[in-house]
Amino acid sequence: MSATPLLRIEKLRVSFGKDDSVVAVSDVSLEIGAGETLGLVGESGSGKSLSCRSVIRMTPPGGQMSASEINFDGKDVLSFNKRQLREHRAHNVGMIFQDPFSCLDPTKRVGEQISETLRVNAGLTSARAREQALKLLADVDIDQPERRYLGFPHEMSGGMRQRVMIAIAVASKPKLLVADEPTTALDVTTQAQILGLLQRLREETGMSVLLVSHDFGVIAQVCDRVAVMYGGYVVEVGAVADVCARPQHPYTRALLSSIPSLESAGNRVRRVGIPGQPPNLGEIIAGCPFVRRCSFVQESCSTMDVTLETVGPGHQSACPVMANRFVAVGPSKLPAPSSSADEASEETP
Amino acid sequence: MTTESEQPLLVVKHVVKRFVLRRSISDRLARRPGVLHTAVNDVSFQLARGEILGLAGGSGSGKTTLARILIRLVEPDEGELFLHGADIRKARGHELREIRRGMQMVFQDPYSSLNPRMHVGAAILEAGRVHHQPGSDDGDAFVNRMLDLVRLPSSAAGRRPQELSGGQRQRVAVARALAVGPQVLIADEAVSALDVSIQTQLLNLFLDLRDELGLAIIFVAHQLSVIAEVADRVAIMHHGSIVEIGPTVDVFHDPQDDYTKALLAAHPKPIPIVDDLSLDAP
Repeated sequence: MSATPLLRIEKLRVSFGKDDSVVAVSDVSLEIGAGETLGLVGESGSGKSLSCRSVIRMTPPGGQMSASEINFDGKDVLSFNKRQLREHRAHNVGMIFQDPFSCLDPTKRVGEQISETLRVNAGLTSARAREQALKLLADVDIDQPERRYLGFPHEMSGGMRQRVMIAIAVASKPKLLVADEPTTALDVTTQAQILGLLQRLREETGMSVLLVSHDFGVIAQVCDRVAVMYGGYVVEVGAVADVCARPQHPYTRALLSSIPSLESAGNRVRRVGIPGQPPNLGEIIAGCPFVRRCSFVQESCSTMDVTLETVGPGHQSACPVMANRFVAVGPSKLPAPSSSADEASEETP
Repeated sequence: MTTESEQPLLVVKHVVKRFVLRRSISDRLARRPGVLHTAVNDVSFQLARGEILGLAGGSGSGKTTLARILIRLVEPDEGELFLHGADIRKARGHELREIRRGMQMVFQDPYSSLNPRMHVGAAILEAGRVHHQPGSDDGDAFVNRMLDLVRLPSSAAGRRPQELSGGQRQRVAVARALAVGPQVLIADEAVSALDVSIQTQLLNLFLDLRDELGLAIIFVAHQLSVIAEVADRVAIMHHGSIVEIGPTVDVFHDPQDDYTKALLAAHPKPIPIVDDLSLDAP
């Protein structure tokens, strides 16, 4: 991580209800370096979308957001007035969402929606904006940009609409692109194309990306670092390779072991999965949010404070019970990998 | 599993379904025929008792249309379908009810497939009574038996669908399908909307039902990895045709068709897990 991250969020809290009793996001702290891709992974209701929206101070109606710090590129986002916030949303952060159809205006031509962004945010003339919009359409790999410029959203496939959304999001050359489940509604083939496009744009522009997904496979493919969320908390954060290779939080381990894999074809061994249900919103769980479903639970778990502790270089976990206690099969933990592999095969049925 | 001599449970032969695409007003006034779209194109396969067949393909490949044809929610234009030797297409009245009892469907969205005003128990019992299932005259016992099959507590009977989580709701949808006593269960994207940890629980439930009841399952999913977890055989659909069908392990490890290869290549790579996650506490 660089010394001064592009974005730093400290102790973010988002709550709902009359007396803020329904806490959806608790004490979330995140950092994204310049040019870095951070993945935010978690199941529905874990608070990942709310956390990423706090970057532009967007809270759903009835929601209360507070944080001890939201710093973007050296500026304090929390102290922005209306005008500054508008500037921030227009120039610094681009956003794309799961459903591109509901984000595009169905009555306007696609090209106009892109050039409008350019005219309003970058102050281009209509002619210049049109030229630039055509270039953006080509940049996001849309065939025949001239023809598509005049098309309407309903004439496009889901993948193409998502490309248009990306074009709009990157039109004002943001420093950070927030992508909230951008490929969830798409086919695997289209998903692979969109992820490839995001990676290419990141390399070309040097922007940072905050990618939110419920799919660990997607995150592992494109992100540098990952933050795992559960029940409104970040329970583990670290480089993707470290978190996947040596998960330290029981939830991360359980999540990774639940993921269906092509490798399972013909294999009759069942996945264990995670017993029980994730906590409901508004349900108050004392201590660790994973306490009811965890196989390593101890008495101290329901009284502990959920805080991230360092478990390795750039790797933090919120489980003091199991931190650095899992037997790793990788070479970095045990001197002789062969003997550890034997050990593993003995213990697993 | 099935023996060689046993007859296949379900036989599908050369099924074709074409839809007329929407015509513009001028086309309709000029009485020009609409453009035909072949949603299912000459599909044939067989399903044995206790077998799980995965049906995969991109959106618009015809998976759902095919699944719907099997229980005659959609009438095919051509082809033949047999359940236990009975002709599904020619069945009328009592015979058709008999066939529908033999095949039940579970849909993707349990929010819209369950009646929000009906208690879970009542919804399950209704399905059993309509089809005169044995034991359905003793309501509570019947409902409890069905809930037990899908690993829900009997207290769930008194709940309404909106009080349950997505995974629990999908279990209710499965229980309702089982209440009819089917031999074939068609799961159309039944786990696609669920979180991974809940998805695993449901996949294991389908495997249990196959083992306990000898149920044959047609498992429609766009996610190949989900199919890899449960299916014995897999059929890959593209533009309405089955481009490849075979044992899951063969199709996924040694694909023959170009489309299958492309589909597998686009799938997110397996996560490089070094740690042995199946290990318990140190």
